[in-house]
Amino acid sequence: MSDDTPRKSPIATRRQVLAGISALPFMGMLGGKVNAADYPTAEVNTTGLAVTDDKVTVGILHSVTGTMAISETGSVQAEKLAIKQINDMGGVLGRQIDFIQEDGASDWPTFAEKAKKLLVQDKVASVMGCWTSASRKAVLPVFEQYNGMLYYPTFYEGLEESPNVIYTGQEATQQIIAGIDWVAQNKGAKSFYLLGSDYIWPRTSNKIARKHIDKLGLEVVGEEYYPLGHTQFNSVINKIKLRKPDVIYAIIVGGSNVAFYKQLKAAGIDMTKEKPLLLTISVTEDEILGIGGENIVGAYACMKYFQSLPNDNNAEFVTAFKEMWGEEIVIGDVTQAAYLGPWLWKMAVEKAGSFDIDKVREASPGIEFTKAPEGYVRIHENHHLWSKTRVGHALDDGQYEVVFETEDLVEPDPFPEGYQ
Amino acid sequence: MIGDYTLVEFSSILAMQGFAGLILFSVFVLMALGLAIIFGQMGVINMAHGEFMILGAYVTWLCSHFVTAYVPALFPVYFFVAMALAFLVSGALGMLVEWAMIRHLYKRPLDTLLATWGLSLILQQLYRSVFGAREVGVSLPDWMMGSIALTDIIEVPINGIFVMVLTMLISLGVFILMFRSAWGRRVRAVVQNRAMAGAVGINTKKVDRVTFGLGCGVAGVAGSAFTMIGSTGPTAGQLYIVDTFLVVVFGGAASLIGTIASAFTISQAQSTMEFFMSGSMAKVLTLLTVVGILMLRPEGLFTLKMRR
Repeated sequence: MSDDTPRKSPIATRRQVLAGISALPFMGMLGGKVNAADYPTAEVNTTGLAVTDDKVTVGILHSVTGTMAISETGSVQAEKLAIKQINDMGGVLGRQIDFIQEDGASDWPTFAEKAKKLLVQDKVASVMGCWTSASRKAVLPVFEQYNGMLYYPTFYEGLEESPNVIYTGQEATQQIIAGIDWVAQNKGAKSFYLLGSDYIWPRTSNKIARKHIDKLGLEVVGEEYYPLGHTQFNSVINKIKLRKPDVIYAIIVGGSNVAFYKQLKAAGIDMTKEKPLLLTISVTEDEILGIGGENIVGAYACMKYFQSLPNDNNAEFVTAFKEMWGEEIVIGDVTQAAYLGPWLWKMAVEKAGSFDIDKVREASPGIEFTKAPEGYVRIHENHHLWSKTRVGHALDDGQYEVVFETEDLVEPDPFPEGYQ
Repeated sequence: MIGDYTLVEFSSILAMQGFAGLILFSVFVLMALGLAIIFGQMGVINMAHGEFMILGAYVTWLCSHFVTAYVPALFPVYFFVAMALAFLVSGALGMLVEWAMIRHLYKRPLDTLLATWGLSLILQQLYRSVFGAREVGVSLPDWMMGSIALTDIIEVPINGIFVMVLTMLISLGVFILMFRSAWGRRVRAVVQNRAMAGAVGINTKKVDRVTFGLGCGVAGVAGSAFTMIGSTGPTAGQLYIVDTFLVVVFGGAASLIGTIASAFTISQAQSTMEFFMSGSMAKVLTLLTVVGILMLRPEGLFTLKMRR
């Protein structure tokens, strides 16, 4: 049984001290405090953005109501933490960041409407937001028309490269290829059963996975899609049992996830025996909260970030996150990617010496963030991030143990040749 | 298909698929029963049915926490208490809703549809505010998870058996209540002729309230049981609502037997088709078949002859 008794929260003063300490390492990252007077507003803001002598306004655009709230809550929390830490160390070009939060309400037209409001009415200098590809596609024309800058955190299917978006999550090849290579080499996997929810991300991802499996000379013994929200997986589990694949490659999302893993366990497939082995790219620590660690123990996940990642950046990040949002909270891959958004924007602004969107865009490629919780990331010319791919092994306490990471950063390749 | 498999494997497929179909059948009956009571007996389309189910799931989740924290010794059997509580809590909320909202709208069936849909949104946001937007994991006793291996290939999930037995018991209970008790007789009298039932001294308002409460209570038990096989989150109720309506409408709105027959037909069709084609296609074909049959028989599989 997990220990569910809430721990005593530290008293307020201690909390503040700790938060201060945890922000300390970030100080001096870019040569100490910047004085706003050195950057007159008239010079750093030539396009009428919401920038004053001591303040700059950004937007946060996520769903906090509706069905996607379950996923997007973590991203909002991460972005607020990053903004707070940046403010604690002096802000951006000497200006404190103020944010306007809008609710996309899990409804794509609402996302577009709110994006327009943020850009046209509030004149925000950048927007951290969106989660599903559908919401990103809905706001994209708005950002391109009114020349805004969106920091998009979710791992997604690729096939997109907009001058008005910085993609801080992985595109599909970054998440898929290294994981399949790893099970092929280290687990001797020969046959795969591909499984997914029925929409663009799992389908595109499985297309890439299938191509890569073919390339390695291995075999795909089944490929299936289930409607979003599907809750009965007994038939497909029977099929899997008969086909006896070495690997179940699962990209199931949302509430279906919980049903799938509970029924898999109930059907007597013990993932710790790795016969078959389960590899997923859609279950982060956030999802395990709902699934229950005991129902997914033994599975492997291919991500770029796990909460348990052993490095100093991450230790500080996890401490600060828990200080702000509570001891019980878990941090998944997308939450970390959302945390990068405000930092990457801040660095681009400071490199450009301006808040102007065009200058920020020009300054973005090549920006390095050495204090990223996932380690080190760099913005590619195609607006995606260079980052490592990692494989985690699910433990029964709901955390992953990192068992593999790529040696080098993996180049983002949103339009993979030979994979389409 | 047989070509790829040996005879043993093929017979195992049949056995396991048959069992998967039966589990799906039980799940369908369990989730549709509450709706069928309300829809069939009162003519109220309860769009908030899924949210009453999730209320039961949250009650179960609270129970699991309470038991773990205070009486861990009772953990292996807490689920039964949780189900009873789920019934009471969902039923009580149902009666409250009937009193505050539904009873004013009996003469306007389309408005109840809108009102209960609004209620479902209110409840979803309420769950989100109280329990958080994230899904919660309900921890279950070990004996309920896992499977019984009959042969090398055939394995029967224990939670599936649990749902089947539970469904049987609850259906039996509802039948006794509806067709063998004095209260059931009153409910049926009100359904058949409300004015006349009132004239012979039946308190129709009370019958309505208790019927609505019973339907919601059964939904709560279903939600509680589904923590074994599904997710518990503010919007998880939406996952069930389409299938639930499908089963009830296909079966013939006013007939409980029809609900069970339709659950059986749909579940067997779906689980068989899911085996031979992909999940999405199976769903499409199931829905097409149901639409086709409803075009020929608009009242559903079973209809009651009654006078309004």
